[in-house]
Amino acid sequence: MADLNSSFAGIKSPNPFWLASAPPTDKAYNVVRAFEAGWGGVVWKTLGEDPNIVNVNGPRYGAVYSADRRLMGLNNIELITDRPLQINLDEIKQVKRDWPDRAMVVSLMVPCEEKNWKDILKKVEDTGADGVELNFGCPHGMSERGMGASVGQVPEYIEMVTRWCKEVSSMPVIVKLTPNITDIRYPARAALAGGADAVSLINTVSSIVSVNLDTMSPEPSIDGKGSHGGYCGPAVKPIALNMVAEIARDADTKNLPISGIGGITTWRDAAEFMALGAGNVQVCTAAMTYGFRVVEEMITGLNAWMDEKGHANIDSIVGKATPNVTDWQYLNLNYVTKARIDQDACIKCGRCHVVCEDTSHQAITHTVNGERHYEVIDEECVGCNLCVSVCPVQDCITMEEIASGMDVRTNTPVNREYANWTTHPNNPMAKDKA
Amino acid sequence: MAQNSALFSELMSDLHPPLSGHEAGVESDRCYFCYDAPCVTACPTGIDVPLFIRQIQTNNSAGAAKTIFDENILGGMCARVCPTETLCEQACVRNSAEHQPVKIGALQRFATDTLMSAGTHPYQRATVSGKKVVVVGAGPAGLACAHRLAMHGHKVDILDANPKPGGLNEYGIASYKTPDNFAQREVDFILDIGGIEIKNEIQLGRQVQLGDLLEQYDAVFIGVGLKEANQISLEGASLDGVEDAVNFIAKLRQTEDYSALDIGRRVVVIGGGMTAIDAAVQAKLLGAADVTLVYRRDKESMNASVFEQDLAQTNGVKIIHHAAPVRFIGEQSNLTEVEFEYTQQVNGKLQGTGETFTLQADHAFNAIGQVLQAGVVDADVVALENNRIAVNEERQTSHQNIWAGGDCIAGGDDLTVSAVQDGKLAAESINRYLSS
Ligand SMILES: Cc1cc2nc3c(=O)[nH]c(=O)nc-3n(C[C@H](O)[C@H](O)[C@H](O)COP(=O)(O)OP(=O)(O)OC[C@H]3O[C@@H](n4cnc5c(N)ncnc54)[C@H](O)[C@@H]3O)c2cc1C
Ligand SMILES: Cc1cc2nc3c(=O)[nH]c(=O)nc-3n(C[C@H](O)[C@H](O)[C@H](O)COP(=O)(O)O)c2cc1C
Ligand code: SF4
Repeated sequence: MADLNSSFAGIKSPNPFWLASAPPTDKAYNVVRAFEAGWGGVVWKTLGEDPNIVNVNGPRYGAVYSADRRLMGLNNIELITDRPLQINLDEIKQVKRDWPDRAMVVSLMVPCEEKNWKDILKKVEDTGADGVELNFGCPHGMSERGMGASVGQVPEYIEMVTRWCKEVSSMPVIVKLTPNITDIRYPARAALAGGADAVSLINTVSSIVSVNLDTMSPEPSIDGKGSHGGYCGPAVKPIALNMVAEIARDADTKNLPISGIGGITTWRDAAEFMALGAGNVQVCTAAMTYGFRVVEEMITGLNAWMDEKGHANIDSIVGKATPNVTDWQYLNLNYVTKARIDQDACIKCGRCHVVCEDTSHQAITHTVNGERHYEVIDEECVGCNLCVSVCPVQDCITMEEIASGMDVRTNTPVNREYANWTTHPNNPMAKDKA
Repeated sequence: MAQNSALFSELMSDLHPPLSGHEAGVESDRCYFCYDAPCVTACPTGIDVPLFIRQIQTNNSAGAAKTIFDENILGGMCARVCPTETLCEQACVRNSAEHQPVKIGALQRFATDTLMSAGTHPYQRATVSGKKVVVVGAGPAGLACAHRLAMHGHKVDILDANPKPGGLNEYGIASYKTPDNFAQREVDFILDIGGIEIKNEIQLGRQVQLGDLLEQYDAVFIGVGLKEANQISLEGASLDGVEDAVNFIAKLRQTEDYSALDIGRRVVVIGGGMTAIDAAVQAKLLGAADVTLVYRRDKESMNASVFEQDLAQTNGVKIIHHAAPVRFIGEQSNLTEVEFEYTQQVNGKLQGTGETFTLQADHAFNAIGQVLQAGVVDADVVALENNRIAVNEERQTSHQNIWAGGDCIAGGDDLTVSAVQDGKLAAESINRYLSS
């Protein structure tokens, strides 16, 4: 059995699966159930100053579904905790005392003044929590009041607030980043400059999930009006993965620990985040969709994969894929692939044909010798992978490398030597051009 | 047996209960929206199956129903009676994927039920053409033909020999496939287009002759189906208790009170098609203790689909293959036994083996096939082929003003859906003819 023990920015937990700051971590009752279910740690629902904020009293969530009503994306207009500060602090203290082996991180968001941040940090320190997470990510509601994403979108503020926190507290400080920004590396570098021990990302993406066509109100609708919310769940995973990778391979931030968040639903999602450089992961929507027991699947799945691959511990998987993330210009233009259709697996739905025919390269047959038959025409196939993407049968269509001989499409011999755009003759900026 | 009629009615109710909205949503998600979808080719009326399923999936059931009715105005009945396991669902690529086709028939029913229960008719008649067409027979072929002609603006009179329209939808199809008076509700739905008048209890060859119709109308469509079953000319065939299966079924379909039907304890059904299966299953559901279906050839040669055969067996019908009736035996005028001889295939020919057995029976139902009724068409006016009406691809007969479709034409497969397609094709051909 692989060792799943995690040490993230100095915070220990029996596995790398934490619950993200959100309703699942809003109060002791939920957090205790989470720990009973096996979660390695939690980031407590974001605390603010008294008087506590209020939430809307109508629907807070909107959803995007895939076939069979699987929840692919969730959006919310909830704010930070709506309970008095002291109640939260008392509960945090008690739960940490009862569950000493689990990570207890407290998420914070107060007005952007030095005194406010320093005051609340002291209070948190008294609870015995393992660390704090600065919520610079919430894109709705709080941002209108100059907090959350409105801080996270200004690198100078991130650096300033982080520095205040590091000045008064010995606890590890994790800075939670908003994805509602063009280049995630700037806020990450700012957090590092302010002395952050780690960053966590992503918080939710600004979104409107749907419009009620009867009432003409965005959903979720509050008395006929809607407001943009924060989007999360499986749909945002690709956005989050890219942002994690950008930070992990940035020269400035490559050694900054990253807590990966965004759409993590299975052990595989978690492993992908860690492979791209996340030291641990946080989960919200998957728990809110299926309940806390999903962590059992995550733990056993990650374990089985690590055993199969011979990875002894978490450190041996973190960042394993980071070196393979590169810029487009360095991709090997001499690598040639063609689609291959496994005729035994093919169920003859014809979707590969029609998408290639209608929208791509006319490279798949539909009829051969009068029979319904789908086969790749190498002379036309550019190896784009669209057919693989739309085929309903897993592994029926695969991309295979043409390692030698001719590429019959371009009518040129396959050359296995690495050559990229920087030296390509069509590139006006090519290195060897004067 | 003291079963009350309410219980009987329940036994005879819906073989495949309708899908709920949730079930339809889940099932429609399974459709892959195939290219050149094989289910469309497999449907005799060519319904755009992937499109209507996608419309259900996007909450547009009325649009889905319209897609269905565009090709098959009896899409509601077909959703209930089509042997989908040998038609659209057999072609579904999900069979290769996981041996479980998308439930196309059930989804079709969901869509058509939704639109039909809204009480609106989805089509409008074109400008009145001034042409008049007569349709003989208000079965699926005639109804489909009449509706399409009315859409094109022609005036249609339908003549039917029976007291009620619908043909075998009303008098033949098993009651558990079409409960709640669906056949008549569907006829009303079709007539909502306007421009169609049905005249019941008018029989071609009796009250009217083909010559009169040719004089009074611009075109004639014949959809009279098949009438009498082949008479079994065996010793004892006139005993009380020996009956044509179609007559038994017609009686059953028209009864108000199932418990009033005398079905007896032991029933023997002779034949291997859908009619035989339907007679056997319904006899069993009505309380017969033993029902045995006897077919002269092997299982594979039966006209009834495997699904239908399984349905019979799960309902407790015993099926004996390779035996043919020899004589009916009775006491006084009542049937008591049927004697059979085993058969075998010798050089492709069916022969008796000489070995016989008898089955006790209060009722024997003959379901050995139907024929074109005599006196409807004159072979001098309309050419026949294999004792049925010969037609070309457009369903036009040898007479240029007469079209025909459904069970009464040669080369058909005796299905409701094929009759609908015949009627539709004939109507388009008639329309072209009348507009030229
Ligand atoms: C017992 C039984 C069960 C069946 N089950 C199924 C099933 O489950 N699924 C399926 O797809 N198919 C089934 N079929 C076959 C299907 O019912 C027929 O293929 C279909 O009804 C043929 O339609 P049609 O319009 O040609 O004829 P019919 O439905 O037979 O209609 C003919 C109409 O013409 C009228 N008529 C006849 N002669 C005259 C005349 N001289 N003048 C005026 N009117 C006349 C009749 O009264 C009748 O209304 C079954 C058939 C039987 C007998
Ligand atoms: C209802 C809801 C409330 C949330 N509240 C907070 C919050 O108070 N503080 C915070 O830092 N993030 C909050 N988040 C964001 C989550 O912590 C997390 O970053 C995001 O949902 C992405 O992860 P996921 O795809 O696993 O859900 C909230 C998310 C949801 C769905
Ligand atoms: S890889 Fe792209 S070009 Fe090649 S067959 Fe598939 S869809 Fe067509």
